[in-house]
Amino acid sequence: MFIPFFQSLRNARIPVTLREFLTLLEAMKKGIAGYDVEKFYYLARACLVKDERYLDRFDLVFQKAFEGLESIDLDLDDIPPEWLERIAERHFTREEIEAIQKRGGFEALLDELRQRLAEQDARHQGGSKWIGTLGTSPFGAYGYNPEGIRIGQDRSRHRRAVKVWDKREFRDFDDEVELGTRNLKIALRRLRKLVREGRDEELDLPGTIRATANNAGYLDLKMQRTRTNRIKVLLFLDVGGSMDDHVRQVEELFSAARSELEHLEHFYFHNCLYERVWRNNRARWDDTVPTFDLLRTYGEDYRVIFVGDASMGPYEITEPGGSVEHFNEESGATWMRRILAHWPKAIWLNPVPQAWWGHTYSIRQIDHLMEGRMHPLTIEGIDQGLRQLT
Amino acid sequence: MDQQAPKQFEGSSTYVATDDLVVAVNAAVALQRPLLVKGEPGTGKTVLAHEVARALGKPLIEWHIKSTTKAQHGLYEYDAVSRLRDSQLGSEKVHDIANYIVRGKLWDAFEEPSGAILLIDEIDKADIEFPNDLLQELDRMEFYVYETQKTVSATKRPAVIITSNNEKELPDAFLRRCFFHYIRFPDEETMRAIVDAHFPALKKGLLEDALQAFYSLRGVPGLKKKPSTSELLDWIKLLVAEDIPGEALRSKDKKRILPPLFGALLKNEQDVALVGGLARGQGGLYN
Repeated sequence: MFIPFFQSLRNARIPVTLREFLTLLEAMKKGIAGYDVEKFYYLARACLVKDERYLDRFDLVFQKAFEGLESIDLDLDDIPPEWLERIAERHFTREEIEAIQKRGGFEALLDELRQRLAEQDARHQGGSKWIGTLGTSPFGAYGYNPEGIRIGQDRSRHRRAVKVWDKREFRDFDDEVELGTRNLKIALRRLRKLVREGRDEELDLPGTIRATANNAGYLDLKMQRTRTNRIKVLLFLDVGGSMDDHVRQVEELFSAARSELEHLEHFYFHNCLYERVWRNNRARWDDTVPTFDLLRTYGEDYRVIFVGDASMGPYEITEPGGSVEHFNEESGATWMRRILAHWPKAIWLNPVPQAWWGHTYSIRQIDHLMEGRMHPLTIEGIDQGLRQLT
Repeated sequence: MDQQAPKQFEGSSTYVATDDLVVAVNAAVALQRPLLVKGEPGTGKTVLAHEVARALGKPLIEWHIKSTTKAQHGLYEYDAVSRLRDSQLGSEKVHDIANYIVRGKLWDAFEEPSGAILLIDEIDKADIEFPNDLLQELDRMEFYVYETQKTVSATKRPAVIITSNNEKELPDAFLRRCFFHYIRFPDEETMRAIVDAHFPALKKGLLEDALQAFYSLRGVPGLKKKPSTSELLDWIKLLVAEDIPGEALRSKDKKRILPPLFGALLKNEQDVALVGGLARGQGGLYN
């Protein structure tokens, strides 16, 4: 039963290893989960999932693998009454067993159940006779009758087993979904990977003191890597029009990126990059910067990140004068090629889900211009993109 | 259950633990593996270790990690500088190197005869190699002291609780050895239980109003930092201290107004401006 579960976890690309699986079995052996499905779910989760982004996938696999676990079909004729009696000895107090005896013992109870199942065919809740939920009848789930039998508990009460993983509360943490506020923070921490690279050496004073003392007082110089950021980034952000949906996301990305990188310059454009960009979105008509100036100002060691949905009319890219806002002397494609020639290390992050890219012609055009370096604005996409930048 | 069974962690009167957390903690303690706890800031990751130590009746040893912390700091440090000084002053101590071995937190935890609870707080603050450097030590619960050529091994394996704020990815080899638990932001019912645990005498009306104001504040889109559990508790403490009635929290025009003493909840001037701006009907940030 557990090995197929393990396999399907691996098939769902959750990185589980044999070691973790054995840990789970060991924990089961020690009886940590008891015989409670919910506890088993929690235990399996703690053993097998090591990152919140996999929690949702885990829930899905668990749901599939153990579907119907809580509502095992009760084939009455297959259960020998002795079994129930033995279970009863373990779980019920003497008073409760006496109460059962009063009704004529287990056999009588099962007979009665069979009879009522035959009589009843509608759903029932409450009350004291019919099979259903919440009542004091001996049959049905959630009841308060000590001699009750649980049947068909597929819908659970507050926080009960099955529902816990059915709720899929960790959906937001999957790294293949689009960026939410929280995901964004993680994404930016990926940017930090860029930050922590450096080649310069500087004197490590505490290290030198320690090494000198180790050396019985003879001077032993130690050097260390600087931790200052060597990576320079130019950020081009698409604003307005179809990007309004994504603008908050992008702003967040941008404001956080600023605190992460020392050499970060940002410029705005609309739809496609032309001969002018602007730095302040409020003053976009008065305070523009010629793109040629950027080419002259920032050396080719800068990395370029475009953030935009690349969703526009095809002519906005291909034709001179195609821009919706002004007359552009040269086509967007020309400008894109010029920029990519100057800054070879460039990527395009697109908030539009990747699955839809094929449906918008302009996205394919830009992707083609970027030579396939367009990535979705998801953590995974940013990860891939940053790998191309370094 | 008989009386001899080992003590279990079940939450306490001041710490509300959800079922999944209880299972994770007990599994980690029973199998003597480290428990890695992640979650939003302010959801009680660090407090958990204190509560576990209290529930199990064991001493807590805290090791707070900084960006400069090295794995070696947790084991021991060789204080060469004092030894050099002592040698120049002609002290007798200088002949025994063991005098200059300074014990780290891990060593302390290993030597605790009844078994300790070791909290490694914010492991992600340290260098990316830090967890890898601790693998062997946490796995076998022993390490070798080169200077004195002795092996220190745990008399009783400590229960290790590790917290992380997700600033760095932790290496897979390390994760494989841990149990993992993600503390979610508590739902309203759990939150009520938490507040109850901290302020048992709180007036019912005030609690309801405070929770409503709190959740509507968390629901405001675009907040840079959403208020967390610990901030809610601070805020309620302030409300009680200032004796603010529950009615004051109920805003007249919808839920879009800054609650009294909002400084305890919103820690960022953009957020204050955002919520305040919404209250004055100016719309969002981008208009």
